[in-house]
Amino acid sequence: MTATGTDEESDRSAPPSPPRRVRRTIASVVSVIGELLITTGLILGLFVAYSLWWTNVLADREAHQQSDQVRRHWASSGPKGPGALDTKDGIGFLHVPAMDNGEVLVKKGTSTEVLNEGVAGYYTKPVKSALPQDKKGNFTLAAHRDGHGAKFHNIDKLKDGDPVVFETKDTWFIYKVFAVLPETTKYNVDVLNKVPKESGKHQAGRYITLTTCTPVYTSTYRYIVWGELERTEKVDADRTPPKELR
Amino acid sequence: MYGWIWRHLPGNTWVKALISVVLVLAVVFVLFQYVFPWAEPLLPFNDVTVDEGMAAL
Repeated sequence: MTATGTDEESDRSAPPSPPRRVRRTIASVVSVIGELLITTGLILGLFVAYSLWWTNVLADREAHQQSDQVRRHWASSGPKGPGALDTKDGIGFLHVPAMDNGEVLVKKGTSTEVLNEGVAGYYTKPVKSALPQDKKGNFTLAAHRDGHGAKFHNIDKLKDGDPVVFETKDTWFIYKVFAVLPETTKYNVDVLNKVPKESGKHQAGRYITLTTCTPVYTSTYRYIVWGELERTEKVDADRTPPKELR
Repeated sequence: MYGWIWRHLPGNTWVKALISVVLVLAVVFVLFQYVFPWAEPLLPFNDVTVDEGMAAL
């Protein structure tokens, strides 16, 4: 009481009447709330910048480093190296001309930690992915639609018949897209099956499945693209890409 | 709130402005480095795998 009294006396000559003091308290509370709301808005804006820009910067940097490492490893282990498949660093590169995003390193697992490195991951659960080398099976991949490299951002550009090429140390696997599921629930794990029935196939074959979230900037649903192996090509000494990538 | 901070910064207007810029940058750094990476997996914007039961990582 005395403290406020002296405060106000220093402000103005006469002590203000109680209603005016109340009004001033309300005004300062309102202004603090207003400033907090502005601050919240700015923080949300920064979060958008973080999600859509900064995570891409970090992920692309990480993916470049890891890709270089895999390429160096391939180059140094010689043409007839023993472990043609190195699952720790990454098993190869995915090239999808329709997505127009260069090469995407493919690593084991679809955990957040793996996918946030700006790579595509092949599923180990809930349905274990086959590998391209396998005689039969479904090679199932996931990657981010937005942020963290956004490697499958343009998945909606893929149409039936578009090539999807997977590059390993010694082989090019050329797949052709034959079915697209533009929207399904996140619980639809059947799309990862060895024979994904929803794609219209009923016989075992060598399939590839790309999964990501949809619509863009959210993850309400999942977007699925299926392809089937058309042919393989041996990698030559110059790593000449197959004609689909030229 | 911001007025209170401004009044309590030392120095003249230029020094206050400089300190303010440094403080803002520090806040942005903490947000980008610690707060957003922590908050992002908790928000439903970036789950790309099927079977959320497994992927609640």
